[in-house]
Amino acid sequence: MSRIVSITLQTNDDSRPIIEAITKDNPDAVAKYYPGMVKIDCEGRLVVKQETVEEILGREWDVQELQLSIVSIAGNVDEEDEYFELSWNL
Amino acid sequence: MAAKRKKKLGLKQRYSMLTRGLDWETSYQKMDDVFPYDNYEGIYIHDWEGWEDPFRLTMDAYWKFQSEKEKKLYAVIDSFAQNNGHLGITDARYVNAIKLFLTGVSPLEYQAARGFTHVGRQFRGVGPRVACQMQALDELRHVQTQVHSMSHYNKYFDGLHSAPHMHDNVWYLSVPKSFFDDARTAGPFEFLTSISFAFEYVLTNLLFVPFMSGAAFNGDMATVTFGFSAQSDEARHMTLGLEVIKFMLEQDERNVPIVQRWMDKWFWRGTRMLSLVAMMMDYMLPKRVMSWREAWDIYFTEAGGALFKDLERYGIKPPKYADIATKEAEHISHQAWHIFYNYTHAAAFHTWVPDKEELDWLSEKYPDTFDKYYRPRLEYLDKEEKAGRRFYNDTLPMLCQVCQIPMGFTDMDDPTTISFKVSEYKDDKYHTCSNGCKDIFDHEPMKYVQAWLPVHQIYQGNCGGSEMEDVLKWYKMNLGADNLDYNGSPDQKLWDEWQAHRTKV
Repeated sequence: MSRIVSITLQTNDDSRPIIEAITKDNPDAVAKYYPGMVKIDCEGRLVVKQETVEEILGREWDVQELQLSIVSIAGNVDEEDEYFELSWNL
Repeated sequence: MAAKRKKKLGLKQRYSMLTRGLDWETSYQKMDDVFPYDNYEGIYIHDWEGWEDPFRLTMDAYWKFQSEKEKKLYAVIDSFAQNNGHLGITDARYVNAIKLFLTGVSPLEYQAARGFTHVGRQFRGVGPRVACQMQALDELRHVQTQVHSMSHYNKYFDGLHSAPHMHDNVWYLSVPKSFFDDARTAGPFEFLTSISFAFEYVLTNLLFVPFMSGAAFNGDMATVTFGFSAQSDEARHMTLGLEVIKFMLEQDERNVPIVQRWMDKWFWRGTRMLSLVAMMMDYMLPKRVMSWREAWDIYFTEAGGALFKDLERYGIKPPKYADIATKEAEHISHQAWHIFYNYTHAAAFHTWVPDKEELDWLSEKYPDTFDKYYRPRLEYLDKEEKAGRRFYNDTLPMLCQVCQIPMGFTDMDDPTTISFKVSEYKDDKYHTCSNGCKDIFDHEPMKYVQAWLPVHQIYQGNCGGSEMEDVLKWYKMNLGADNLDYNGSPDQKLWDEWQAHRTKV
């Protein structure tokens, strides 16, 4: 059985670089677009990396800025200064 | 990029400074007297320090991000009101979903604030206490922002004028109200299992995610903005729900059967309450994002499946009757809509028979059930209405003693037979709508015999009088405006005038 972890973000100017970073850092992630939001699914584990978002944005980015765009998640959360990770225990 | 200024403490340490070491062991009062509620439910906790906080949001960050969210949200609310945003929605029928939301859902946010304020005092561990207190603040923000957003619709549309009074008294609103009353009168661990886990983690996605996307699709900028703003807090709340479950399960194996029973109970109560949302999605959004069935498959079967697989190692099984609930996803929106179609003369929102294009959409989304069971009935009702015989049911329905929904749902393996269960307690008979609700009743009959069932209360003369009109006035309904079919309503008249004006210019 598949063990999808998932993050749903609003689709707006704040979230676009985050969506891009997630797609870059998680090659298996699949983004499904709905009106106003995007649901990004990934098997087992998905990570949002501060470094990648900052590269795309060209400014410092606090991982907790994710709070402004997040709509929903599925998976166990691990959050640190440098990353935000979702996973199931495999 | 310039070298970053490194913070002195890491996130884990910063959060630990906020949530640990602030409390103390009492000396001249017993800890059990100071925290009288956190052990009577039979949950054993050996080490409160075992509580892990997944979202480590410190107070300074909390205020910073919450105020940023508020600024964005209020910019949209203001602009929506200033620019007559209600003119941009797809159809005035849509506003009926907002009426149900304001009277049925927003007051639950307030109930949640009360519940979390209460349990935020009752745990002797400081980790869960801080998490609950912060969630209480969020919930208060949700009810306030929702009332502010939707107040704009109240200027033009009927049925939005007395939400708190209606929530406390009107028959169908006792469904969500009793859900939260039940949760808040349970112990603190059961409260967190019911609201944070079963509702927020397992089921809330079904309400806030596809429905809010639907609001975006239907041009309701105000609702989608408050919805997603609330949901950004919800993601934190969900992790609290999962954490409390893991915390209880890891502390003592004697907790496992108690947690399992709570999960079974609250999953079932949650799915029952969500039948309102099912019909909002399938019937009340003029432009639809996905069917209730599709939402169920994504958010319960797929996401819930992965979650319960994760909890398997603790000896936890998927909720009892999850299979029945999955079967219900084929039927429940149609059956719920039919109940409200019957009783819309006693409701503060309008119902209608979907138009042909909408019926075709439902046929396509529900190929196994809609044409066979539900489409012919809707077409018949449409024919009757066009012949001047719009059907309203004048007999009050029997309600389920637990979920308080009129007993109109069927057996899911036999969709033409009403599901009807009976229990006896102290020589009286009590009726429930399903095995799920019957199990809940049978486990705590002394609690559920006290239910304030609207239909019983009406018949006992406690709701304004003996005639339907007396009761509706007691509900503060404006008769002929708030209630009855959408066709012929003042809402429709106003909307049609606006549309006529639009084609003229």
